[in-house]
Amino acid sequence: MIDKKTIEHIAKLARLHITDEEAQEYSTQLAKALNHFETISKINTAGVEPLITPTEIESFWREDVVKQEFSAEEMTANAPAKAGNLFKVPPVV
Amino acid sequence: MDLTFASMSEIVDAVKTKKVSVKEITHHFKTRIENIDGKLNSFTSINPNAANEAEALDERLAKGEDLGVLAGVPFGIKEMFCTKGLKTTAGSKILENFVPPYDSTVVARLKKAGVVILGKLNQDEFAMGSSNETSFHGVVKNPWNLECVPGGSSGGSAAAQASRLVAGTLGTDTGGSIRQPASFCGIVGVKPTYGRVSRYGIIAYASSLDQAGPMVSSVKDAALTLEVISGFDEYDSTTTQRSVPAWSKNLKADVKGMKIGLMKEYMSGSLHPDVQKTVENSVDTLKKMGAEIVEVSVPMTEFAVPVYYLVAASEASSNLARYDGVKYGFRADFKNLSAIDLEEFYGKTRGLGFGKEVKRRIMLGTYCLSSGYYDAYYNKAGQVRRLIMNQYLEAFKNCDVILSPVTTAPAFKIGERISDPLAMYLNDIFTTSTNLAGLPGMSVPFGMSQDGLPIGIQLTASHFEEQKMLDVGFALESASPVKGKNPHVI
Repeated sequence: MIDKKTIEHIAKLARLHITDEEAQEYSTQLAKALNHFETISKINTAGVEPLITPTEIESFWREDVVKQEFSAEEMTANAPAKAGNLFKVPPVV
Repeated sequence: MDLTFASMSEIVDAVKTKKVSVKEITHHFKTRIENIDGKLNSFTSINPNAANEAEALDERLAKGEDLGVLAGVPFGIKEMFCTKGLKTTAGSKILENFVPPYDSTVVARLKKAGVVILGKLNQDEFAMGSSNETSFHGVVKNPWNLECVPGGSSGGSAAAQASRLVAGTLGTDTGGSIRQPASFCGIVGVKPTYGRVSRYGIIAYASSLDQAGPMVSSVKDAALTLEVISGFDEYDSTTTQRSVPAWSKNLKADVKGMKIGLMKEYMSGSLHPDVQKTVENSVDTLKKMGAEIVEVSVPMTEFAVPVYYLVAASEASSNLARYDGVKYGFRADFKNLSAIDLEEFYGKTRGLGFGKEVKRRIMLGTYCLSSGYYDAYYNKAGQVRRLIMNQYLEAFKNCDVILSPVTTAPAFKIGERISDPLAMYLNDIFTTSTNLAGLPGMSVPFGMSQDGLPIGIQLTASHFEEQKMLDVGFALESASPVKGKNPHVI
């Protein structure tokens, strides 16, 4: 059951502010989509290992070498706010 | 030399024999973008250094240096790829000012091969969409009919390539985002085997499904581009260590004796009559060329759309958690707030930064991964995913390549499906299973609707069997009834 309360709970888990209008819209749309997606519940998957990555992954390790790829200035160049080469955030306590 | 319709090899030959300079080529295509793209909205930004980069290549050539196998070829790059110094927004407000300090591996390889990047191409926000209507930069128009969508999510790449605003583009394909827009715009689009191409520096949507690939004007150009971008990358542990075959050199239109599989599940649904006719024509053509047509069955593909959306949304909800307004991208305005809590900070930034479709999928994914639902949705989807792949591998014991439609119908009208997400999701019915199983797939133009819209044929091969798929595509292309047709916008 995807009611408005469930939607608000999911939005909180996802750290996503949504408007009342969006909550209403998503509630209807997700219920419809999940109802359609329920079709897979009937498939017998007893003992089947879930597939996470579709092709084989070959182990590979890079050399454990210290190297500097970017400067602090480059790393903070996209910061919404910064002080020197530090990320600046609003007070949160 | 007709630069507009020249193949990549023709451009490279002309550059190397100094019939035309890289600067002239760059100027030619840049002028096309300036004159035509206003109708399409396929470009989101133009590389301001393109002319200088072209001149630098000309200088290197004058010194006798080898510029690479794609010397001077002008490219457009989907916004999902990080490009050093060029804005990379993934079609989202949350990354509206993001300028990467590095190139994605794919872009670095293209540059090393001598391409000139002319600009970045529009797409659905975070590659979530089948119509290119969810981009922060606005809707892209289909160059064959400006009232129709170009397909998504690589709609900008498809529209730019179909209008020959560049000679090559890159797209990404998570559930059909290269093949579907390629079909809607009448170009060749290839999604390689999962692991062929590095995902390093490609903005992540659903990591176990995403693959990059070429969206170009011919199968040969696709093979050539694929050779350049494929191969092991130490920055992506999911790339294969297998060597990259010389697909373009080995390309042959000879399908004699090859077994082409027709999936009965794909042919029994409600196909648009023009799509049905295109598929039948392609089968007849291959038969005449000496291929054997066999019926194969992958019954579990019936569940591909639910499995795809459950897996993709779950991975997306995790991948998109990184957009928190701290290190890069958009941040909500907190100037007037003296104190806030951290959840408010993240929530407001993400709520304002993401568009509707992205939020919808984050919500879906978070729900599927939440306590009490994980087993019923994400885990179950993973199990069905394995069954789908196993059935494909069985099918490929009886055929070399599977032929199918790309979509149920040609391009639809802008606005027609955007308010019904489920109807939009079902649009991906023929393409998603390829990604779930990690198989290579491509779209080749082979038909035209009565309304004058292109229709592609989808070819799918087993893991790492791109050569077989490209060969069948090459054969179809050589006999394509729509060869040489171009959109009116040109």
